Amino acid sequence: MAEPSTAEPDTVIATRALTKRYRGGQLAVDGLDLSVPAGSVFGFLGPNGSGKTTTIRMLMGLIEPTSGAARVLGQPMPRATRTVLPHVGALIEGPALYGFLSGRDNLLRYDSADPTADPRTRRTRVAAALDRVGLTAAAGKKAKAYSLGMKQRLGLAAALLQPRRLLVLDEPTNGLDPQGMREIRSLVRELASEGTTVFLSSHLLDEIEQVCTHVAVMAQGRLITQGPVAELAAGARGRLVVTTPDPGDAARVLKEQGVSDVVVTEDRVTGEPPERDLAEVNAALVTAGVRVRGFGLERASLEDAFVALTGEGFDVAG
Amino acid sequence: MSRAETTDGTDVTAGTGTVEVVGVRKPSPLWTLGLLRNELVTTLRRWRTIALLGVLAAVPVLVGIAVKIETSDGASAGGGGGPAFIAQITNNGLFLVFTALAATLPFFLPMAIGVIAGDAIAGEANAGTLRYLLVAPAGRTRLLLTKYATTLAFCVIATLVVAVSALIVGALLFPLGELTTISGTRISFGEGLGRAFLIALAVAASLIGIAALGLFVSTLTNSGIAAMATTVGLLITIQILDQIPQLHSLQPYFFSHYWLSFADLMRDPVYWDDLYRNLGLQGLYAAVFGTAAWARFTTKDITA
Repeated sequence: MAEPSTAEPDTVIATRALTKRYRGGQLAVDGLDLSVPAGSVFGFLGPNGSGKTTTIRMLMGLIEPTSGAARVLGQPMPRATRTVLPHVGALIEGPALYGFLSGRDNLLRYDSADPTADPRTRRTRVAAALDRVGLTAAAGKKAKAYSLGMKQRLGLAAALLQPRRLLVLDEPTNGLDPQGMREIRSLVRELASEGTTVFLSSHLLDEIEQVCTHVAVMAQGRLITQGPVAELAAGARGRLVVTTPDPGDAARVLKEQGVSDVVVTEDRVTGEPPERDLAEVNAALVTAGVRVRGFGLERASLEDAFVALTGEGFDVAG
Repeated sequence: MSRAETTDGTDVTAGTGTVEVVGVRKPSPLWTLGLLRNELVTTLRRWRTIALLGVLAAVPVLVGIAVKIETSDGASAGGGGGPAFIAQITNNGLFLVFTALAATLPFFLPMAIGVIAGDAIAGEANAGTLRYLLVAPAGRTRLLLTKYATTLAFCVIATLVVAVSALIVGALLFPLGELTTISGTRISFGEGLGRAFLIALAVAASLIGIAALGLFVSTLTNSGIAAMATTVGLLITIQILDQIPQLHSLQPYFFSHYWLSFADLMRDPVYWDDLYRNLGLQGLYAAVFGTAAWARFTTKDITA
C-alpha cells in the first residue's frame, strides 16, 4: 500500500486517492483526498448514499480500501488499528447496544474490549462517561428499554470512555429532540475546546454550520470541496435583494446597473450583485424614481454554497 | 511501526502538541483477558443461555423419573432398548450420569453448542455491536479467540450441568454404591465418580469440532439466526449421513462418528483407541475450521 505523501504535521486524518469499490462493482468512494487539521471540528457533509459512512468505516479499519491510503493520527489504517483506535472514539451509523444488558454494563463491555483500558479505573470511567451524556439516572435500566435518544447518548458515552484525541461522530444528533441536539452540539464544542479533534458527519447543513470550523462536501463518492466553513460560505456570493412597490422599474434599473440573473417575485427583486459599490446601485434606483423599502445583501448560507457546488438539490444520490 | 514513514521524509507526528506518540499508555498484558471475562459473564447472563442449560438439566430429571416409574413394579428398565447404561440405573444411580450424557450427546448438547457458536460473530454483526467491539479496538484475532474460548467453556459447562443434574437425580431416586463396568469387573463408588468425571470431559471434548464449525459459519453471515440454523442443520445432516452404510469410507471423518466412544471409559481396562481417534478428529476440525474462520474474519469487510 502506498503511503500518503501529503500528510502535514498537524493532520489528524489524511487520505490519498482513497477508493472503495464494493464487490457488486459499485464505486462507493472514488479517489478521496481528505485532510483533517488537528483541533478542528470537521464537518463531513453529503447526501445519504454519497460515501460518507464507507469513508468512515475505512478510516476505522472496518473496511479495506480497494486502493489508495488512509492515515489516522499519523499511522496507516487499517494496519495500525491496535495502536490508533484506543485514541479514537467513534459513533458509526447510530448506536448499537446489547438490549439485555443495562446501560452501564454495555459500557463496561465496550471498555473491556479495549486491551489498553485499565480495568482498575473502568467503573469510574464508565460512571464519568454516563454522567457526561446525562444518563446516570438510567444507567441501571436495560438498554432495550431506552428511547432512541437515550441509545444515541449511550453510544456517545462509549466514545468518551477514555480521553480521546479524535472523535468520529456519524450523524450524532439522529433521533434526538431539539433539546438533545443542543446538548450534543455544546458537548462537541466543549470537547473541541479541550483539544479533541472532532470529525462530524451529517446531512444536516445547519448542524454543520453551527458547530464546525472546517467542512468537506461529498457527493456520489467524490470529494467536491474541503476547507474552513467561512471560506466555503464566502465562496458562494450573497444575492442582492430589493424590496419595492415598483418591481418592474426596479428590475430594469438593476439590469442597467449590471445586476445579472434578476428575478422578480411580487414586491421583491433579487439578483447577482455587480462588481461595484452597491451604494451607487441604490442611488441609481432612487434617481430613477423607484421607491425602495428595503435594500441589502442576503448572506449566502452553506446550503447555497452546497447547491452552487453540486449544481443540484440536496437529494439522495441515485 | 515507524512514525516517519511518509515518502517525503516528514515525521508526521513530530513537532505539534496534538499529534504525538501513539501508545502513551502502558497497558498490562493481562488486561487483554478482560474481554474474555466479560464475554463469559455476558454469555452466562443471557436468558437464552440459561434456558439452554435449563433444558439440558431437565433431561436427566425426565430420564430418572421415567426409569423410576417404569421399574416401580420390579421390571427392568429399557427392556434392552434406550440409551446406553439405562438398564443399570436402578442398581446404581451413578449410571444415570452415563445414560444422561449418552442421551444428550447426539442432539441436545451439540444443538446448544451450535446456538452459542453460530451466534458468536453473526449475532454481534446482527446487533451492530461487532463494529463497536472492533473499533474499541478488540482486535479481530483476539475477538475470535475470545469467542472460541467462550464456546469451549460453554461446552464444559453444558456437559457438567447434565452430569451434575444426573448425579443429583440419581442419588435422590436410586441407590448408590459399587458398580460393575462393561467388562464385568467391580469398581468402587469413588472410582466410579472419577470415571464419570472423565466421561464428562470426553463428552465436552467431543463438542470441540462442532464448536469450530459453528464459529466458522458464524463468520460467513450477518444473521445470527441463519448461522445457528445452518450449524444445527449441518449437525442433523452429518448424523443422518453417519447412518448410511454406503458412505462407510467417509464416516470416520464425520465429527460425530466417534462420539459414543466415551462409553469405552467404562471398560476395565479402558479401551483408548476410539477415544484417541475422537480427540484427534475434534482437533482436526478445530484446526481446519478455526483457521478458516480466522482467514475469513480477519479479511472481511465489516459492513453491519
